Parts: sequence; C-alpha cells; structure tokens
Amino acid sequence: MASGAMRASPIRAGLIKLGDVTLFLLRVLGQCVPALGRPKMIIEQIYNAGGRSLIIIMLCGLFLGMVLGLQGYDLLSRFGSESALGVAAALGMIKELGPVLTALLFAGRAGTALASEIGLMGATDQLTAMEMMAVDPVRHVVAPRFLGGVIAMPLLTAIFDCIGIYGAQLVGVAMMRIPAGTFWSQTESAVGLSDINEGVIKSLVFGVACSLLAVYEGYHAEPTAEGVGLATTRTVVSSAVLILMLDYILTAAFL
Amino acid sequence: MSETGHAELDWLIDVKDVAYGFAERSIFSDLTLRVRRGSITAIMGPSGTGKTTLLRLVMGQIQPQRGRIHVFGEDLAALNRSQLFGLRQRIGMLFQSGALLTGLSVFENVAFPVREHARLPEPVLRELVLMKLQAVGLRGAADLMPAELSGGMARRVALARAIVMDPEVLIYDEPLVGLDPISKGVIVRLIQSLNRSLHITSIVVSHDVQEMSHIANYSYLLVDGKVAAEGIPTDLNASDSKIVQQFMSGAPDGPVAFNYPAPDYYEQLLERH
Repeated sequence: MASGAMRASPIRAGLIKLGDVTLFLLRVLGQCVPALGRPKMIIEQIYNAGGRSLIIIMLCGLFLGMVLGLQGYDLLSRFGSESALGVAAALGMIKELGPVLTALLFAGRAGTALASEIGLMGATDQLTAMEMMAVDPVRHVVAPRFLGGVIAMPLLTAIFDCIGIYGAQLVGVAMMRIPAGTFWSQTESAVGLSDINEGVIKSLVFGVACSLLAVYEGYHAEPTAEGVGLATTRTVVSSAVLILMLDYILTAAFL
Repeated sequence: MSETGHAELDWLIDVKDVAYGFAERSIFSDLTLRVRRGSITAIMGPSGTGKTTLLRLVMGQIQPQRGRIHVFGEDLAALNRSQLFGLRQRIGMLFQSGALLTGLSVFENVAFPVREHARLPEPVLRELVLMKLQAVGLRGAADLMPAELSGGMARRVALARAIVMDPEVLIYDEPLVGLDPISKGVIVRLIQSLNRSLHITSIVVSHDVQEMSHIANYSYLLVDGKVAAEGIPTDLNASDSKIVQQFMSGAPDGPVAFNYPAPDYYEQLLERH
C-alpha cells in the first residue's frame, strides 16, 4: 500500500513516512524504560556514538573557533570593538554553531555507523533471529543505541563549545593581542544561563532527531548491500535537512 | 481428556488450508501439513517454493491470508504479541546463515536467550552454556568471535543457541546447505541425536533428498505452493508422480521446467531492435 501511495504523490508519501517515523519513535520510547534497566548496554552505546566521535568533534571545534576568532576580529575591528570578540565567539558557539555543527558531524560519523550497523544486522538475519528467540530487537538493539545517541549529543556539544571558545581565544588573545582579561571578563558577564539553556535544549532535540533517523533508517533498510548503503545515505541527508529546519524553529522560539 | 483432544496434542504443528502471497504472486494456495510430536519431519521442495516462508508462518512472524495454523494446539491468529513470544520460547530455530550476533562471543551468543528470559546465577549459566556447547562439540571455541568461525562451526554454535532454552520443537532452515561432507555429517548426526536424546520434535527444511531420506520419519514435498507428495521416505521414492520422481532423482528437466517462461526463442533471435 505504501509503495502504491509513493507512486501516487510525493507529498502523501512524505506524510506517510512522517507518521511512520513518529510511530517508530513511540515504539522506541516505550522500550527505553526497560532498556534503562541495563545501563551497561547504554554506556557501551554512549561510547560508540560519543566517545568515538570525540576526535572529529574536537578538531572541528578548534578550527571553527579559530575561524570565528579571525572573522570576528576582522568584523569587530571595523567598529573598534575588538574587545567584544570573546562575547561574539562564545554566544555564537553556545547558541548556534556548537549544537548545529556537532549535530551535523554526529549525523555523518555516528548516525551513519548506527544505520549501517542495524541495517547489516537485519540483512544477516540477526534481528529476525532475536524475534524468533522471543527478544524484541527494538528493546535490545534499537533503544540502547537511540538512548546512547541522545545522551552523547549534549556532551559532545559541550566539548565542541569549550574547544571552540578556546580556539577563538587562541586567535584573539595570542595572535591579535586582545588582553586576556578583557576577553574572558566580557565573555563571562555577557553569557547568561538562558544562553546555555538554549544550546543544551537545541543539542537535546538534535540528539533525538539524529539518533531517531539513524535507527529508523537502519531498522527499515532493505536487507541487501544496496539497501544498507541507501539507508546510510538517507540518514545523513535527512538528518542534515531536519537539523537545520529544527534549528530555525528553535531559534525563533527562543528569541 | 477426550480422545480427540489427545489426538490433537499429538500434532504439535497443524497447518490447515493456508493461503499466503503478495499482490502479484501467490506463494501458498492451499497448504495443509502436520508435524507429529517427537518426529523428524522433512519439508522438501525446489528452490523458491516458499519453504522459508512456511517457517515464518509457523513462527507467527507473518500471518496467512486464509486458513489456520495451530502450534502446540494454540491458534496463532488468536495470540497477542506477548503470548506469541511465550510460544516462541518453546521453539528453537536454526537459521541457514546461523544468524549469530556478530558483536558477541560464541559463549555470549549461546547465553543470550537465557540472559534475556531467565535470571540464572552466573555459575549456573556458565555450566548450562558449556554443556550445550559440548553437545555440539564446540566447548573449546567458547571464547571465539563469530567472524572467526567456519560456516559449519557457526551453524553448530547457532544450534547450541537454539537448544539452550530446552525447546520442544526445533526448526532447521536449510541446515546442510553449503557445508562440506564432514560438517554435513556432523549436523545430520546432531539432528538425530538431539531428536532422540532430548525428544525434540524436529522440522527440517532442506532439499538434500539423500540425507533427508536417512533421517526423516515423514516428508512433505512442496511444489507450487501445495503439498505435491507426502509420506515416509520409501513412499516418496516409490511415488509414480512425475514431479516427485523428478525431484527425488534430480533430473534437470521435467514438470519443473529447466527453462524460465520466455517468448519463442527463434522469434526473439529474429527480432530487430
């Protein structure tokens, strides 16, 4: 029925898929409570999704911070307000760039890994075997990976933010000679708890979206080599679009 | 208990008038077969006759469009998800590929169903898993990962996993495909010994006529979504049905045609593009 509808109209197919993803989210959430009873599996998945993404997150954070430092300095010096570089970098990082870029990198690194892992488990009958052993694969495979991703995302974002601000400081203070005291004291007085909250909430929402799309695509992948490849691609593409759409909505809501 | 009730319980699996198919293709049109408690029942047939689909129907993974399937006397259509899961705990299944969980060691793979369904103290669990691995001759491989196993070994580990919950029924999906003669012999012997020593009812889906005629008590031959022949192995060998004879002797052409339906060969060659 779904394939027939897909041929009929792309809008209807999109709506059907949205409904499908929502139902899957409810199913996963229902299995998250029993999955929480096995913290070891979730910790393993936090390591898989978060720990293994650390290097790429840290590297990108550093360079992005340094770019922010250069561009920010160039822009602010036109108005003679270079001393506000710390504020600009910190707010830009915490409220916007940190959550969004971490989520995009996460979708590319951890999301694809999740989707292909679950897809391959399906292609090699492992998920069916679990069903036959009366074990729900959503509880055993999907829920821990979903939770691991949701928990890892804000942590990664926090690390990305810190390193990014450090990168901006490297450029601003060490290269452009802004006094360190000015840089940090202005940053400290300008960044409020509400800014941090905005970043945390964004990263949590992106964590849910990215992890959900990855496990959904993996779980519903065609059990062939081509199917798993397609599922992986779809994960990155739809995550990227969804992250930026949600970012707009959340930013509008916080203003 | 009445006579009929008792007789029903003797048939652990009872598939009656089942139809199943996709929109474009019908797989089963009118399938009826039964499996007697304690027997080894072979389900044979050419590739693509839906043998694996039959197993999925019996496990309740898919629903028939018509007809009834009773397992342990329970109508599968009347069970909810948790009842179905309860029923599945009494059935072990061996997949063609083994379907071992690639992230877990051999020991953990065998321990997996027990950890999921029973809270056993670790020493008891260890003893149980080692016992099942010993039964398939792979106690020494307990610490290996699935990627380090040969095809035959992987299937034996999967067999140990299938019997770890002491099932009443064991379903083998093509257990002999792609194995060397030694591994094949090992699996055949295991099917027999598990059936005898643990009184496990076995259903073996296979197209290995030779091996099946040695071990099966009763065989079904499926062709075109129906039972084309059934009986004890000698019955099948003596059958005068052409299709049964073709299958039992392995003739390349006959009622099951060698050629896939195609337009006339001569005309197609003369066609201009």
